[in-house]
Amino acid sequence: MAAEKRLMKGNEAMGEAAVRAGCDAYFGYPITPQNELTAYMAKHMIDHKRVFIQAESEVSAINMVYGAAATGARSMTSSSSPGVSLKQEGISYACGADVPMVVINVARSGPGLGGISPAQGDYFQSTRGGGHGDYHHIVLAPKSVQEAADLTFEAFDLADEWRMPAMILADGMIGQMMEGVVLPEPKDPATRVAKPWAVGNKGKRAELNHVDSTQLVPENFEKALHARYARYDEIKRTVARWEEQHLEDADVILSAYGTSARVCLGAMQMARKLGLKVGLLRPITLWPFPEKRFGELAGKRFLVVEMSMGQMVEDVRLYTHGKSEVSFYGRCGGMIPTEEDVLAEIRRILKK
Amino acid sequence: MELVYGHPKSLKPIQTKYCPGCGHGVIHRLITEVIDEMGMQEKSIILNPVGCSIWASLYFDFDSVQVPHGRTPAGATAVKRMLPDHLVICYQGDGDLAAIGTAEAVHAANRGEKFTTIFVNNAIYGMTGGQMAPTTLVGQKATTAPYGRDPIENGMGYPIRVLEMLATLGGTKYLARGAVNNAVNVRKTKQYIRKAFEAQMRGEGSSMVEILSQCPTNWAMEPADSVGWVESAMIPFYALGEIKNELADVAGKEAGK
Amino acid sequence: MTEKTFMAGFGGQGVISMGQLWVYCGMKEDLEVTFFPFYGAEKRGGIARASVIVSTEEIASPLVTVPDSAVVMNMDSLPLCEANLKQGGTMLINSSLVKVDTKRTDARVIKVPCNEIAEKLGDVKFANMVMMGALSKATGAVKLDKLEAVLKSFFGPSKHKFIPMNLKAIEEGMKAVG
Ligand SMILES: Cc1ncc(C[n+]2csc(CCOP(=O)(O)OP(=O)(O)O)c2C)c(N)n1
Ligand code: SF4
Ligand SMILES: [Mg+2]
Repeated sequence: MAAEKRLMKGNEAMGEAAVRAGCDAYFGYPITPQNELTAYMAKHMIDHKRVFIQAESEVSAINMVYGAAATGARSMTSSSSPGVSLKQEGISYACGADVPMVVINVARSGPGLGGISPAQGDYFQSTRGGGHGDYHHIVLAPKSVQEAADLTFEAFDLADEWRMPAMILADGMIGQMMEGVVLPEPKDPATRVAKPWAVGNKGKRAELNHVDSTQLVPENFEKALHARYARYDEIKRTVARWEEQHLEDADVILSAYGTSARVCLGAMQMARKLGLKVGLLRPITLWPFPEKRFGELAGKRFLVVEMSMGQMVEDVRLYTHGKSEVSFYGRCGGMIPTEEDVLAEIRRILKK
Repeated sequence: MELVYGHPKSLKPIQTKYCPGCGHGVIHRLITEVIDEMGMQEKSIILNPVGCSIWASLYFDFDSVQVPHGRTPAGATAVKRMLPDHLVICYQGDGDLAAIGTAEAVHAANRGEKFTTIFVNNAIYGMTGGQMAPTTLVGQKATTAPYGRDPIENGMGYPIRVLEMLATLGGTKYLARGAVNNAVNVRKTKQYIRKAFEAQMRGEGSSMVEILSQCPTNWAMEPADSVGWVESAMIPFYALGEIKNELADVAGKEAGK
Repeated sequence: MTEKTFMAGFGGQGVISMGQLWVYCGMKEDLEVTFFPFYGAEKRGGIARASVIVSTEEIASPLVTVPDSAVVMNMDSLPLCEANLKQGGTMLINSSLVKVDTKRTDARVIKVPCNEIAEKLGDVKFANMVMMGALSKATGAVKLDKLEAVLKSFFGPSKHKFIPMNLKAIEEGMKAVG
């Protein structure tokens, strides 16, 4: 029998996917528009006799995640933009100590307190290493409730496998909307990646385990960073993921992630009906960015659409190596671009 | 004819966005009445927290500074140090003050910063839709405490009595707890606010007035029932009165009795 | 088939649950569905609106900007729906609260006295169900034939006694569309 399709809010679907992925411990702090996710975890983690704590702040929550993860537990937090800013210190430490964790950002408009409407202004923060130091971590951008659930489930495996935080960069639209979703089967704990580096249960283990990001000897630190960056290169080769449609004959390729990719899909369909050759390239992993695929398409015309003043557009320019004409269309402050707006922009570019 | 009731000058004559029966509106009014009586409208500054009272700057007819969630006392500290002749009001909810901003609140109080904190304790996170606050009572339900606040089994801790905690700090000079659930408590709360503001202007040390306040929306109660709940559930745990009064002004001390 | 509907009213009219039930039934009828709500800044009694899409294909933008059908539950929502509705689209008006005619002469206008019908059934709370019945009949997008089962999982057991009333309200709403 096929798994049952359920009607769920994005926030709740991500919560349920985390529970099914075997999240052992959840630490959060209220913030709109992700409150349903924290509330979902409050109920279901308690029901499953797992750990749920409403921390006194996001700073505390991310460090609880760090502590739980150091013991080898699958551990997670969720927040929205202002709260994720506060988590950056903890994320930097996690990257420095190679600690896996899942962080969900149901992004809203900023900077500052900003507003509670959906936005994509956190692309730089997420993909550039929003805290201090040299680092990256995996960033996954769902476009639907189904994908939000699937990617959350998978994020736990990716984090464990690559020993780093995996972030879900959703937005208020993905978090608040309801769609049909088929949830993944619960993860069999026996299939989890082993964590011989975790603290506790020392038993007969010969070496002591230290979860630590301190490196006071520059020569050693440089070596360690090089090793970490070699791992990053491998992630770029193997983890990058995207969705593409109608690229072959496209006169202009729309590029967008998350909610704006949905808008672009509609605009592309409308354009195709008018006989305009429009394609769509949607990064699913924002880090690693699908740079190879963009490189192959260098020379093609791009229109990047974001709910921001333009952030991912810089990566599209970077990885098309200056060979593509790259235009940008954005709405910000919590405004969502419409299919009609994007179509008008396509027509302006193609002069049709 | 004598004017017995009027709209405070420092409060804009517009309808607020607060829910029917919310305590924030009454508290705004008390603050502005005292400011008017002291003639301080032109020299008042409010530090707006993140919480339902984020809207405060729409209603108060004087300048305001909005800070990140919980950092209100840090902002207030510096505004007051720069403008010592101003009446600086640090307005905070229970989440803002006693969760994310505990460090700032404790250290500003300990330094004896000479601003006044108005601490609105509604035992819940209002703005974000009813999550557990540090002041949520044991057994009280919240969206993040679906089976009620349970201090032991699920490790949710106990409700924090902020004033009693701060009373141990040398920097605090005036700490009083009022409520706005009936006319008598409203009147007393206004006296506490006045004493705190006057102490601030005399440069006495840190002052805070905690006000037990209704949040009918997130308590899932009718406004009429919510005032009863303040009386029956909150006041027995959060005792009203002057928790600490080390003000130099003796006459003021007596008046508060 | 893709039916994009914009629903608008004030808080407490059941606009949000109407949208949720509409897509829930759509999903049970094997359609792709999306529901996205908006609330006003006021906590209680503000605006309540929903973008609702049901389709046989993958749904593109979840935001309904040019609706095929608009549901106007109160007077304040009329100008907004008039401004958005697709050329020749369907406008369903709760004529109990909206007493004026729409300026959109191109629209297919269906007036349903939802509050009156619901009050006759016993409670004005069912006005949203009356409207949903009318929407089903007018657009044919969601048949609502699985509504009973949907209501059983949508509402807790304590509210199951109201299910027959809900179904009756749907039926009356369907009848109100000529
Ligand atoms: C860094 C950060 N975390 C979380 C939030 C979300 N948030 C907004 S208001 C609030 C708490 C409100 O509760 P309280 O301080 O008790 O004020 P009330 O609304 O009850 O008056 C929270 C957590 C935020 N804006 N910024
Ligand atoms: S949610 Fe509570 S605190 Fe906020 S305005 Fe409404 S009643 Fe007041
Ligand atoms: Mg509060």
